[in-house]
Amino acid sequence: MHIQIEEIAKAYGTTAALHPVSLAIPSGALVALLGPSGSGKTTLLRILGGLEFPSSGRVLLEGADAAGLTVQERRAGFVFQSYALFRHMTVFENIAYGLRARSRLSRPPAGEITRRVTNLLELIQLPEIGGRYPSQLSGGQRQRVALARALAIEPRMLLLDEPFGALDARVRRELRAGLREIHDATGLTSIFVTHDQEEAMELADLVVVMSMGRIEQIGRPIDIRSNPATEFVREFVS
Amino acid sequence: MSDLIAFRNPTEESPWARRLLIGTVVSILSLLLFAPLFVVFSEALSRGWMTAVESLGQRDAWQAIRLTLTVAAISVPMNAVFGLAAAWAITKFDFRGKAFLITLIDLPFSVSPVVAGLCLVLLLGANSTLGGMLVGAGVPIIFALPGVVLATVFVSFPFVARELIPVMIEQGRAEEEAALTLGASGWRVFRTVTLPNIRWALLYGVLLCNARAMGEFGAVAVVSGRIRGETATMPITIEMMYNEYLSVAAFTLAAVLALLALMTLALKSILEWYHADALAATRRH
Repeated sequence: MHIQIEEIAKAYGTTAALHPVSLAIPSGALVALLGPSGSGKTTLLRILGGLEFPSSGRVLLEGADAAGLTVQERRAGFVFQSYALFRHMTVFENIAYGLRARSRLSRPPAGEITRRVTNLLELIQLPEIGGRYPSQLSGGQRQRVALARALAIEPRMLLLDEPFGALDARVRRELRAGLREIHDATGLTSIFVTHDQEEAMELADLVVVMSMGRIEQIGRPIDIRSNPATEFVREFVS
Repeated sequence: MSDLIAFRNPTEESPWARRLLIGTVVSILSLLLFAPLFVVFSEALSRGWMTAVESLGQRDAWQAIRLTLTVAAISVPMNAVFGLAAAWAITKFDFRGKAFLITLIDLPFSVSPVVAGLCLVLLLGANSTLGGMLVGAGVPIIFALPGVVLATVFVSFPFVARELIPVMIEQGRAEEEAALTLGASGWRVFRTVTLPNIRWALLYGVLLCNARAMGEFGAVAVVSGRIRGETATMPITIEMMYNEYLSVAAFTLAAVLALLALMTLALKSILEWYHADALAATRRH
């Protein structure tokens, strides 16, 4: 899905989290929002997902203004920083949640839900863990379950908030490759937030460098490396 | 001796200190908690079972039990809903006056119940404008059941909210947000995510609220008018009986009140034991 961000700004009271920013994300791209904490990248992601509303500006999803769309209607697969798995539900129930939440007319029958959840568990290469609770999983497994849960609703885009933040280096590398594979297999427009320049450069097709609520540079990793637009970008990616 | 010290867990005390601490706690508990309970039951049964049961058969005692159960049955669900709403508003939203609202929730803890009762009488008594109108309309509040319920709701209000707020703050909003992005409606999120996550805190709050509601004396004494067999709840009837030297009747009713409290505690333990697995799974994480 093509995403067009036009002059989006966000202020909390008198403090501006985002100065007007504009950005076009081509359909099917894997985009990194890269920046230090407080750069406004998570705010921008949450605005795209409909969890927060911009103070001004607009978001166009496939050319249509998203202002009137509720968070449910956006159908954004959102992976939260600490995964936000439902702790009182098994992994299976977690992944099935979005399908079961649909209205009676569009809800798939129980057998179909089971089939889809099983497929997703295979996609994340954890076919055996459907009956476990989130507390019984490792950090890497939780992250993959969160991804499967987001994919289960057949999202129009995938939004990931620091998806590898809390994991150790080896697991992070594995999951990075996993995300790339899933992105390529589904063709979903995917946007992830990170403060790790190496992660952004290695994984993304398009990197958006942010600082203090502004976009410093938009470009392919190779262009950003070879042609940093500002002093901040030069320092941050070196 | 030196290797014993070397192998002891750093957070553990020496055996003597441990024995002393445990002994102190047990003796304080027995003196303050078990002894009074024991005395209540032994006094109630001092003239045999029959006398005790007969005293319960009196109309006043029976009416008091019924009234107390009725009042608890009305005010506890009300406070469960109010507490839930207050905790929800405070923990899930940012708004002006939040700190003030939190202080307001604690008000019933800091205001003496007698003062609270007097306030209700001033506000809704037959001599006030509002109360006069209500009496004229045929719904007297003070010296009647609604007044007793209002006073009970007031004094037992904070328990549910106080139990829920820390739990809901600790859990944050992420799970609810996740459910929303997965397409769930607000009501569905509440039912399938919020409520299951707070059910133990809610249960505990409701039990405390219930205990307080059944045991309330001060505020109810003022607003009820202490009409025997009509607005006198169990604690009030117990006090009246005691003042009239009907000690067996007083202590028997007191024993019933204590038993009701013990039953709620037992209920909680049974539920916890029954759901031990689910509890363990949700508390870690």
